[in-house]
Amino acid sequence: MASPTKKLCVKPEWCKGCGICVAFCPTETLELKNGKISIAKPESCVACGMCEMRCPDYAVYLTEEGDN
Amino acid sequence: MASRLIDEYFRQSKLPHIWCPGCGHGILMRDVAQAIDNLGLDKHKVVIVSGIGCSSRAAGYMDFDTIHTTHGRAIAFATGIKLAKPELNVIVITGDGDAAAIGGNHLIHACRRNIDLTVVVFNNNIYGMTGGQYSPTTPTGDFGTTAPYGNIDLSFDLPALAQAAGATYTGRGTAFHVPQTVKLIENGIKNKGLSLIDCVSVCPTYYGRKNKKGSAVDMMKWQRDNAVDAKKAASMSEEELKGKLVIGEMYHREKPEYTAEYQKLIEKVGGAK
Ligand SMILES: Cc1ncc(C[n+]2csc(CCOP(=O)(O)OP(=O)(O)O)c2C)c(N)n1
Ligand code: SF4
Ligand SMILES: [Mg+2]
Repeated sequence: MASPTKKLCVKPEWCKGCGICVAFCPTETLELKNGKISIAKPESCVACGMCEMRCPDYAVYLTEEGDN
Repeated sequence: MASRLIDEYFRQSKLPHIWCPGCGHGILMRDVAQAIDNLGLDKHKVVIVSGIGCSSRAAGYMDFDTIHTTHGRAIAFATGIKLAKPELNVIVITGDGDAAAIGGNHLIHACRRNIDLTVVVFNNNIYGMTGGQYSPTTPTGDFGTTAPYGNIDLSFDLPALAQAAGATYTGRGTAFHVPQTVKLIENGIKNKGLSLIDCVSVCPTYYGRKNKKGSAVDMMKWQRDNAVDAKKAASMSEEELKGKLVIGEMYHREKPEYTAEYQKLIEKVGGAK
């Protein structure tokens, strides 16, 4: 169930591949692809923000739709 | 383009930061910005002061008036800034070595004065920047490059140390416990006096590797699985608390604050000339 209002964004150029976001996402939405963050299943994101709050490199975040 | 929080409070030309993959310092630095944002502080009335260490690099990334000082002396510089302009919110970002080893004397005397500073310790239980020497918060028995057979020292409990020295707000958060840690930093900033927030970080590169703690993810799962809130810990025995990490608010009292007392003294003796 993707969130109707929030959009999941990634910034692979800041990602160092630590895997924290992948480990703490409750819905297995994220994966590492060639050592960088990638959205594996956008439809499963519940916009809980677990990834954003624990990403040490600010490489994943949620925006309000139309925010950017 | 990054998130609103990062856009607003970070010098993006300096990102990505130099911290290692999985270093908890990045999470804690974001927590400080989130706390400032939640309180709606005027950006131009916030000063970030740091010493030297991986943790102290934070002052270079955060988009406020910042000063990256010398090792152990962040609190001394912060004291000067606060006394010159008491209306500023002065936040010290420091490491366990910076705050409690070389800077330990500054720390206890700032606590004794109860000067209105918020000291946020990025505590990774090691000297990260210089390659893994043990610090005053390295647990007994753990390894560092300077403790190749295990550390025989007892470690400091930083909130307890600060409280004993006179601080009026203390607590402990972790890299894993983001909302709780943000709240503690907020409360620390609001407290009119010396606040110390011990933020347990993760250093997978040195502390983790030297002590076989696994990856950054493993170290954060350990924090998740072993943290006990201070309120619950109060009713637990020493035996039950063995190997646990007590987090949450530890102490909050009101006492006269140093810059206010200093101002009163100025008025009493006839005002500043
Ligand atoms: C006067 C002085 N002594 C020693 C050093 C070397 N030094 C740089 S950082 C550091 C320790 C940093 O440890 P900590 O404050 O825990 O920060 P971390 O790197 O772990 O975040 C030391 C001893 C220095 N820069 N200046
Ligand atoms: S050495 Fe440790 S504290 Fe320093 S950046 Fe690397 S993981 Fe972080
Ligand atoms: Mg350290």
